[in-house]
Amino acid sequence: MTDLAHIRNFSIVAHIDHGKSTLADRLIQETGTVAGRDMKEQLLDAMDIERERGITIKANTVRIDYTADNGEKYVLNLIDTPGHVDFAYEVSRSMRAVEGSLLVVDSTQGVEAQTLANVYQAIDANHEIVPILNKIDLPASEPERVKEQIEDVIGIDASGAILVSAKTGVGIHETLEAIVHHLPAPKGDRDAPLKAMLVDSWYDSYLGVIVLVRIMDGVLRKGDRVKMMSNGTIHHVDRIGVFRPAMADIGELGPGEIGFLTASIKQVRDTRVGDTITHERKGADKALPGFKPSIPVVFCGLFPVDANDFEDLRDSIEKLALNDASFSYEMETSAALGFGFRCGFLGLLHLEVVRDRLEREFDIDLITTAPSVVYHVYMRDGTMRELHNPADMPDMTHVDHLEEPRIKATILVPDEYLGDVLKLCQDRRGIQEDLTYAGSRAMVVYDLPLNEVVFDFYDRLKSVTKGYASFDYQLTGYREDNLVKMSILVNDEPVDALSMMVHRDRAEMRGRAMVEKLKDLIPRHMFKIPIQAAIGGKVIARETLSALRKDVTAKCYGGDATRKRKLLDKQKAGKKKMRQFGKVEIPQEAFISALKMDS
Amino acid sequence: MAEDWRNGGFGLYVHWPFCEAKCPYCDFNSHVSRSIDQGHWRTAYLSELDRVATETPDRVLNSIFFGGGTPSLMDPATTAAVIDAAAKHWRIANDIEITLEANPGSVEATRFAGYRDAGVNRISMGIQALNDTDLRRLGRIHTLAEARAAFDTARSLFDRVSFDLIYARQDQSLADWERELTEALNMAVDHLSLYQLTIEPGTAFGDRFDRGGLRGLPDEDLGAAMYDLTQEICEAAGMPRYEVSNHAREGAQSRHNLIYWRYGDYAGIGPGAHGRMTVGGQRFATEAHRMPQAWLDAVSKGTGESARDRLSGIDQAEEYLLMGLRISEGIDRDRYAALASTAIPEAAVQELVELGMIRTRGSRISVTYQGFNLLNRVIARLAGA
Repeated sequence: MTDLAHIRNFSIVAHIDHGKSTLADRLIQETGTVAGRDMKEQLLDAMDIERERGITIKANTVRIDYTADNGEKYVLNLIDTPGHVDFAYEVSRSMRAVEGSLLVVDSTQGVEAQTLANVYQAIDANHEIVPILNKIDLPASEPERVKEQIEDVIGIDASGAILVSAKTGVGIHETLEAIVHHLPAPKGDRDAPLKAMLVDSWYDSYLGVIVLVRIMDGVLRKGDRVKMMSNGTIHHVDRIGVFRPAMADIGELGPGEIGFLTASIKQVRDTRVGDTITHERKGADKALPGFKPSIPVVFCGLFPVDANDFEDLRDSIEKLALNDASFSYEMETSAALGFGFRCGFLGLLHLEVVRDRLEREFDIDLITTAPSVVYHVYMRDGTMRELHNPADMPDMTHVDHLEEPRIKATILVPDEYLGDVLKLCQDRRGIQEDLTYAGSRAMVVYDLPLNEVVFDFYDRLKSVTKGYASFDYQLTGYREDNLVKMSILVNDEPVDALSMMVHRDRAEMRGRAMVEKLKDLIPRHMFKIPIQAAIGGKVIARETLSALRKDVTAKCYGGDATRKRKLLDKQKAGKKKMRQFGKVEIPQEAFISALKMDS
Repeated sequence: MAEDWRNGGFGLYVHWPFCEAKCPYCDFNSHVSRSIDQGHWRTAYLSELDRVATETPDRVLNSIFFGGGTPSLMDPATTAAVIDAAAKHWRIANDIEITLEANPGSVEATRFAGYRDAGVNRISMGIQALNDTDLRRLGRIHTLAEARAAFDTARSLFDRVSFDLIYARQDQSLADWERELTEALNMAVDHLSLYQLTIEPGTAFGDRFDRGGLRGLPDEDLGAAMYDLTQEICEAAGMPRYEVSNHAREGAQSRHNLIYWRYGDYAGIGPGAHGRMTVGGQRFATEAHRMPQAWLDAVSKGTGESARDRLSGIDQAEEYLLMGLRISEGIDRDRYAALASTAIPEAAVQELVELGMIRTRGSRISVTYQGFNLLNRVIARLAGA
């Protein structure tokens, strides 16, 4: 139990690769929180995928004991937040649990789009912000220029920015002192009824659900009976503790403190992030203002490559959902792909992370259908339906109009690539909202349809700017546009898994690309096969796969019968990986390739 | 009910595993050896004949085929001993066909009379190409002049002489093949085997092909055009296709190979030889040890067989389909159904008829002109693969 004046709670805001995790590692090391021998790179990124991709997906937390130059002992609680826009929701709720932020900017790169989005969240949460210019050991470091940029673009005072090299350790001590002296202490009343903010929760196979809390008022002790104020459920607190960053039990958590509790809770879904936890008796009568729930914005179908893996996929998705309440799923049946799930994600990265985890941690080969956004379909009878799957598009004769989600995209790019970026945004039906310069970098703001972004926008942006652009977006709302469902027909049979919603003006181009690709992917048959893209009954693109001319074994004598029969058995086994559309067999791999997002 | 094999007859296959040199395209079981103890081999063949004959008593033998390897490296006395022993073990059909595969070299030709005296009545000669450049590329050790001389010798000694050509070779144009085939038809007696070059894995050509070598092979369209042209020319010359790659005048078809394609029984002896034998109402697939010395050793211990697998009804039906659709007479659906205990799916038959790949007549199914080009697909469709 630490008195409020000696607690500092903070988060770190940074763009990917600007050194956030390394800085966190150094703070932990400098204060001796973790012994040198237990140190490993990026301590807080626990998942393999986080380490590999260099991203933080879940918020993580660590408690650091620090004796300042003034001789006083402080408790510093760091909540490490995800940097990516898909997880912006996690960022915002983590921000609500702390009073200040370190804004880390790579002094060789400058402010990036993600930095902006996150720093505005910190400003919204009334944080004190300490700017930190990282990587000052590099020759390309330009601290003065970057300070100017921070003031110009973000609009905060950067005169007191700390020059740091998380790599060499320069400025780490100054950072710790700045946390103590520039960030405010938390407020709270030890004697008031318990109010603990549920910041995050996750599933641990040994301990059940672990709940991360920030105590606002009152004291939480082991053995307490607590109530979730949103639904009134009562739990017995088995354990409380803090992260150093390993879990360490502690007797009590007082106001201003951040720690965890376990209470034999079985599912993450039973804990609502943003909820207020109080005591069963003499509890608080008014809950803290809650968080906005996260809603999936990108949908796709996930199907097992091997239909026999469906049950495994169901189990794995359920397990994954235990720990990720922001991901939604429901069963889906496709003539092309069999049984699978229609899943909703916070964004494309979230989709990729979930898919990677399913394939890697649960060892299931998946087919991912083209990502789709949620359309609003306004029917002639005045009702509105949400469309998550192009296959469910109602007959156009009953549809009055469609609306699609739009985003505000912020792109920061070195000026030599500006033309290419503008062209990309225009091609994707973007409407320019702003264009400003900060030094030699341009900041472009575009209003774009989300469906154009989920379809390979990142990849194109990376490729036209050689990786130098940074990109972030936020959903702004829905707007009507000329959207149509494009179907793909193979030998005159519609293939449901390949249908997609497209803007009418881009339909020909997309249709042409798809039929050309399929022509290469579908093996030739004994007959010629038309491959068509169509809107309603109108064909907009067509290719013809010519018939196979020759497939005959020249020699076959007595000894070959066995070999040929075994070959036939192998073909029969291979046939199971084929999907039948009328007379045409399409190999599973063809779907995988046709639906690849970089198509 | 009569045993199924009777629909195809019964033959004996004798494998001679040695060659003077290995050809780069060949994936048959052949070995190069400097010293061959003919006496030792003769004893081993006779021992194997005894063994298989005991299992298949009271049969009429329709054919004997000496294949290889290069059986024309066999001592004619060995050939004679095998034929004599077979005649003792089984009743010999009046019109028995006894074929020996021969290399068209000058040394071999000197032994042809010996083979005739031993009882061989048909020679199948591996000429492969009618120009020296291509013969060298195919790794053949004979010249065209030698081949023609050997062929003339064979013709003077045997009524039935067939020869093989390999086409769709490197850098061969459609016109080149047309000229060569016309020349071949002028030479031909009554039977020709015309094989498109197939690159088999595990051969020297296969390795070269995998490394990106072996350029100038025809693409699928040219291959198909060459195959179609072959049919036109041979038909016009009175030697129509009776099997995918085999052509004969009426009545001159290889009876031995028809036993395979009509799915009869055949005893296979010699290294790596395969057999299909019905014993005690069950049909078995047999296989002999492949390596010459291993086979000799095994035979001396009682049997050269390395494997004997009982074939299920479905296995047999599939083999019948695989083999039977290769010949223009096709297969009998009732026979298939009796083996498989289930009919060929009618939907598959209808689909293939509509596509013009097969025709049906009564209970028979045969492949059309178009269907021959895509035979592997036709078979796979009928077999449900």
